[in-house]
Amino acid sequence: MIRRAGITVVVALFGLVFASVAFHHVERQSLPPLSLSYVKLVPQELGAPNVITGILLTYRAFDTLGEVAVLFMVAAGVGLVVGAGGRLGAGSHVEAREQARQASEIVRTGAQILAPLIAIFAAYIIMNGHLSAGGGFQGGAVVASCVMLLVLANPWQRLNPDFLGSAESLAGVLFVLIGVAGAILAGGFLDNRVLPLGAFGAFFSAGAIPVLSVLLGVKVGCELSVIIDGFRV
Amino acid sequence: MISNVVLATGFGLILTGIWGMLTHRNILRIVIAFSLIGTGTHIAIVAIGYVANGTAPIIDRALSMTDAPAYAVDPIPAALVVTAIVIGLAVTAIMLAYAIRLYDSKKTLSIDAFTESRW
Repeated sequence: MIRRAGITVVVALFGLVFASVAFHHVERQSLPPLSLSYVKLVPQELGAPNVITGILLTYRAFDTLGEVAVLFMVAAGVGLVVGAGGRLGAGSHVEAREQARQASEIVRTGAQILAPLIAIFAAYIIMNGHLSAGGGFQGGAVVASCVMLLVLANPWQRLNPDFLGSAESLAGVLFVLIGVAGAILAGGFLDNRVLPLGAFGAFFSAGAIPVLSVLLGVKVGCELSVIIDGFRV
Repeated sequence: MISNVVLATGFGLILTGIWGMLTHRNILRIVIAFSLIGTGTHIAIVAIGYVANGTAPIIDRALSMTDAPAYAVDPIPAALVVTAIVIGLAVTAIMLAYAIRLYDSKKTLSIDAFTESRW
């Protein structure tokens, strides 16, 4: 009872703070200076119509690199914490396999039809990151959802960890190499102007941003797939 | 106006998450409540970046390059939230991994069973 009252008081106090912030928040009428310069500079200097992708993959691409490093650490950490062998003794894997139910026919057939469509959609999202809403992170998450569907449909089909690992490392190495090329040939680390900017709004435009987007999509997709795989027995 | 409503929605989610985290004893529910706090924070951050009558900062036929500074919403909170969503997923994955480990050690997901780290 006292616990309940304490929780209510804590939540009510937080609610008071939040309510005063929400009520006194004045909607902005114009952009702050930093955002204004981003909105102007990304289309003019980087040639990318999507300002957010321009920020993520050029001006703050170093953050993005750090973030995929975090994802990589999480994939490794999940493998370490729930890793095979440590959790269940040897032999119980086989036992668990025999006990597990097969996926129903609806799930299996649905996965066969949907998986290629989801993969195409993921490619579309990744490749249009510089033109419209989308990008490597979002597309990579869609790739992982496709993997998740396939895992649900074929629970005992192991993912190939060697392929996932090498694709992920290759994408990471290429990402850093493009970054280094930017430092040598253009304005700085991960500058997208190492490749020609092309026509504004065209599919092949915005310099290295589409390439970085693809690499990011591959990396995020592989890392999330490894995380999904880690949670299986 | 609309940003106040969205901000209040985000804060409401955060409050729900805090309440859920404090009242529930099941570790999985605590993880869900934690994700709610994260989602609420994302919504609040995006709401702060809204500019009155603004639109998405994507240059196309509807928003020309000259109009963009006047009509685009702040792109920085959106870029931050893309980052934060991925990190939130990573944190959730780690929490679930530990939940599996904790279940293995005590065969229960109730937080009351884990008395060693109590203060």
